[in-house]
Amino acid sequence: MDASNFAVEAHDLVKHFGDTRAVNGVSLSVPAATIYGVLGPNGAGKTTLLRILLGIIDPSSGTRRLLGYDRPIEAAHEVGYLPEERGLYPAMSCVDAIAFMGALRGLPLREGRRRGAELLAEHGLGDWIRKPIRTLSKGMAQTVQLLGTLVHKPRLIVLDEPFAGLDAINQEKLEALIRRQATDGVSILFSTHVIAHAERLCERIAIIAAGKVAFEGAVDEARGRLRPIVHLRTRSADGPWREAIPNEARLVAGEWRFQLPPGGPEPLLKALIDGGAGIETLSIERPGLHDAFVAIAGEAAAKAMGDGLGQAA
Amino acid sequence: MKARELIRSAFVIGRRDFTATVMSKAFLLFLLGPLFPVLMGVAFGGIGARIDHGAERPVVAVVASPDDFARLSASHARLAAVMPDSPLVILSRHDPQVDAARQRDQLLHQEKPPVLGVLEGGLAAPHFIGAVSGDGRTIRQLMWMIDDARVTDGARDQPARRPLAVTITDRSTGSVSAARAVTAYGGQALLFILTILLAGMLLSQLIEEKSNKVIEILAAAVPVDAIFLGKLFAMLAMSLIGIAVWSIAGAAAIAIWSGKGLSGLPGPAVGWPTFLALVPLYFAMSYLLIGSVFLGIGSQASTVREVQTLSMPVTMAQVMLFGFASIGVGDPNGAQAIAAAIFPLSSPFAMLGRAAEDPALWPHLAAILWQALWVALILRVAAGLFRRSVLKSGQPIRWFWQRRTS
Repeated sequence: MDASNFAVEAHDLVKHFGDTRAVNGVSLSVPAATIYGVLGPNGAGKTTLLRILLGIIDPSSGTRRLLGYDRPIEAAHEVGYLPEERGLYPAMSCVDAIAFMGALRGLPLREGRRRGAELLAEHGLGDWIRKPIRTLSKGMAQTVQLLGTLVHKPRLIVLDEPFAGLDAINQEKLEALIRRQATDGVSILFSTHVIAHAERLCERIAIIAAGKVAFEGAVDEARGRLRPIVHLRTRSADGPWREAIPNEARLVAGEWRFQLPPGGPEPLLKALIDGGAGIETLSIERPGLHDAFVAIAGEAAAKAMGDGLGQAA
Repeated sequence: MKARELIRSAFVIGRRDFTATVMSKAFLLFLLGPLFPVLMGVAFGGIGARIDHGAERPVVAVVASPDDFARLSASHARLAAVMPDSPLVILSRHDPQVDAARQRDQLLHQEKPPVLGVLEGGLAAPHFIGAVSGDGRTIRQLMWMIDDARVTDGARDQPARRPLAVTITDRSTGSVSAARAVTAYGGQALLFILTILLAGMLLSQLIEEKSNKVIEILAAAVPVDAIFLGKLFAMLAMSLIGIAVWSIAGAAAIAIWSGKGLSGLPGPAVGWPTFLALVPLYFAMSYLLIGSVFLGIGSQASTVREVQTLSMPVTMAQVMLFGFASIGVGDPNGAQAIAAAIFPLSSPFAMLGRAAEDPALWPHLAAILWQALWVALILRVAAGLFRRSVLKSGQPIRWFWQRRTS
């Protein structure tokens, strides 16, 4: 892929806070017009990484480019950002809050008010246009802030834990909104520690653990890191067939669970039949992103602890 | 980042802050702010006392023979000995001239030193002409000195002499000088209280934004320098509106009560129009200097308690600077006044005091350039501090005891 096709590029980013290395040599590339997820456990350094990419804080070392600009602030008019900790002026009306956020990104105030009123009406907040933010529920305030992130029609939207604090219905609405933006050609970069959202939305992901990129690539590629999981029920409790299943296999409620051996399903099946297992049920499941995430992030965190590195704040 | 974008961004931030403040109920309270200087004036009642006790002791020009003046001076010395804590009038001798009326007029308009009144007629027929205060202290002192001088002169054997005649005039240079000192102190107090009040408001607004997380939205969208400048200048614009409202209200009140407007009052040395133009100018300088420091401090803190702890020393330092600047009132060319005018943080206070007492305009031009230089310098340093700390960007500041040898 050509470099100009990347909305975000980072190379070997490092950020120290005192003695803590919050971001430790992160490199990643977010293709334009895709939905890209930054996944990681709490304290992995996701927020710090996003802040560095957006130019809110400077890295201790390394480089980043945002929409082709070496200095992220120069791309500010084409970027929308929803921070993890939501912030709005409580006394401002909904439409003014959206217009103000647009004005910060170069949109004239009058146009911001016009678009803000339209967006509020589209998202079911038409009756709240002139109401002050302090009268809104948390979910409504979050929607207003999200609309403020979109009002200037950015080419790149960065969302830090956008689903946090939303109920299931609003999470569904937000997912739809993100998909719609991506369909319109907008690049979306979001962080989350809830894997289900990333699995449903993302084309590519980066898994961050202890400030490092433990994995970067397509979601299928992450899943492919793990071998499929075998679920097996047998009539026989013991016998020669037991030699066909790995030592790490776990017996959960009468069902054996283990990773498919490297030889694949056929040799396993033959060994079970020949060993007299008496197969009741056998299914082979492709691992989910959740399993891949736990395995990749857990392995990386364990390695980082082994290396004696601190975790990000 | 281009300067144009910086200014545009600062304008967006400033417009929001300005509108939010001016449209709030708190702004009405702010407009009532001039009441505070009055209350502070009562609290710091020493100001009025210092005008009486300080360098502004009234000067009485004595038009008399050397003989009469010597006796009067001896009485003055005796009175000073028995009343060491009481400020006595200062006597200065002048030889009688042929045209007594002209001489009197010249003395009453003398600037250096300013003269409260003229004592003519020697010890035989003393006559005081001048602008004396309502409590009559100056007259009582003169009467005592004249009586004492006559007694020691062996006057008991002489025919009865005429008592002290008094003619009170509207004003003299001495009375104007005292009024100017009041104007100087008042102007300085107003400037000080406004600066502290606004710097405090600026600080609490920043803390509010840090606590409600708006600051991250701002920092992601515009340069941090624009946030700093926008906030600083929004508060300045808001306060200039306040000053304009207070000036108009004050002038209207004076016009109603005195019937003459500002021209009915003893004007500051540079004249009312220039003085009123200098007030917002020196206020802006003072506010930008102190406000920058406060914003720099505010960026270090994340809670109101931390702000209080951090801003306390700065506020105390401000009180000291105000005191430092006010010492020079009454002697605008003295070493203390000049030192206060040179030191950047006290310079606006000292120069406003000077404007009330000294008519020269060039020192103000020089002072404004000097202060502008320091405003630029302190803005730069404080903006750097703000940028470094407001979102923990860049290297954290480490105090010397936190630095480790490596």
